[in-house]
Amino acid sequence: MPTNLSSPLKADVKHLSFFYGTVQALKDITLPIAGNHVTALIGPSGCGKTTYLRCFNRMHDLYPGNRYEGQIVLYPEGINIIDPSVDPLAVRMRIGMVFQKPNPFPKSIYENVAYGLRIRGATQRNQLDEKVEQALRGAALWNEVKDRLHHLAFHLSGGQQQRLCIARALATDPEFLLFDEPCSALDPTATSRVEELLAELKQRVTILIVTHNMQQAARVSDFTAFMYQGQLVEFDTTKTIFTNPANQLTEDYVTGRFG
Amino acid sequence: MRRHLCERSIEASLFLAALASVAITLGIVGVLTYESWGFFQHVPLSEFLTDSQWTPLFSEAHYGILPLVSGTLVTTVVALLVAVPLGTVTAIYVSEYASLSIRETVKPILELLSAVPTVVFGYFALLFVTPLLQRMWPDLPGFNMLSAGLVIGVMIIPYVSSVSEDAMRAVPMLIREGSYAMGASRFQTALRVVVPSALSGIAAAYVLAISRAIGETMVVAIAAGMQPTLTLNPLEPAATLTAYIVQVSLGDLPHGSLGYQTIFAAGLVLLIITLIFNIAGHFLRKRFHHAF
Repeated sequence: MPTNLSSPLKADVKHLSFFYGTVQALKDITLPIAGNHVTALIGPSGCGKTTYLRCFNRMHDLYPGNRYEGQIVLYPEGINIIDPSVDPLAVRMRIGMVFQKPNPFPKSIYENVAYGLRIRGATQRNQLDEKVEQALRGAALWNEVKDRLHHLAFHLSGGQQQRLCIARALATDPEFLLFDEPCSALDPTATSRVEELLAELKQRVTILIVTHNMQQAARVSDFTAFMYQGQLVEFDTTKTIFTNPANQLTEDYVTGRFG
Repeated sequence: MRRHLCERSIEASLFLAALASVAITLGIVGVLTYESWGFFQHVPLSEFLTDSQWTPLFSEAHYGILPLVSGTLVTTVVALLVAVPLGTVTAIYVSEYASLSIRETVKPILELLSAVPTVVFGYFALLFVTPLLQRMWPDLPGFNMLSAGLVIGVMIIPYVSSVSEDAMRAVPMLIREGSYAMGASRFQTALRVVVPSALSGIAAAYVLAISRAIGETMVVAIAAGMQPTLTLNPLEPAATLTAYIVQVSLGDLPHGSLGYQTIFAAGLVLLIITLIFNIAGHFLRKRFHHAF
């Protein structure tokens, strides 16, 4: 465990287990998430890192037969967001997500970004205009699309679509953003743009990112958790994980001996 | 060499099979056009398109197609007013809300609806729906377009719902998750994301339903009456293009007579109308098609 989780916690995961039907995918994970920092989840395919990420916005509730155990306590209120009495919609209103593949809606660039605002009931044009511009600037996309806001989002390149999805998530001012391998479908240029963006975003939001790419984890994150077979093997500052891990398994993974 | 020959003969027979349906379609169009040509030698096109009466078998014959077109239009519109909302809502429910077990029950039952012979629907309209409507409107005639249209509407619900549902289910889960992740409810996701994503398929479903309603014959022949009347009021009896064709085909008209040729003229109009909708559907599909 890192000794200096300098900033206040945004979330505290306590003894989290998760089941797809009878198959246990996460085993008793305890992991604090520092506010306004980037926490990376690394580990080989199938280790449960995406499953873990999707617990935070209750994505598993969409499919029947899934079950959580334990707690994900979200601060500042200190509520357990996986408690069945908590409305998943209310959780998702606060915790945004960017997916592995860009998934823009079949709408204009503008309407994609305005989507979250519209479902929260916003209708005032000038307010929407302002928020949309802000979000697109925040996702470093404004200059490329400002003259074609009303074109279909599908006409953008893959990297632009992914930044559009980031803008969509930013538009509603989330406190916490989940990134599920956001660069796996992007070329190196687009990847570095998204990575720069992450560094900027953490001024305002807490970020949890799943990545396959260890260089990426090393570049963008402050803390790193290494998962293996549904368990948390080691969690520490990114520097420690990559230079001086405590666990042999972690060392083997980060040095590329398996995975 | 022998293998080459074998390949060639397979290719040729496949080509012939494909050619057959094209040839048959062209043949139908050819016959319709040829016989209609004979008809238009006697009846000027201007009269055909503007005269407000269609009485080709009367001694004082009129050849205005408008009454038949209006009958087709009214029954089709009534049918769509039933089938489009009900079919779309059913598709949204089955695709976005229903659990697996409900879906497995509802889908076959809906598809059974399209297995009912249309003649049964026709008598259902005449002997059940019309009396029911007459309780609300006591002076509703025994033959009327409303009842026929309503029943055609019910009949084509499966066309709308099943094709729309397939289109909605083909929308990738990733797109839905994108909406849910923004905090959207199931209803918001269905209406604002899934339906727009599936719009090309839904448009195709509507076009299919329109063509089906326009071409429907038995129900209108039985329940809507057979007098060609130029009216847009669904409470009145009227004949459609299809009903007229049935009526005249069953009579004993001499081959080659003008009355005989009216069938082809009406058939040609029917073909042109459905063709227009199919072409419109094709463009709609292209316009709204999203490749995921």
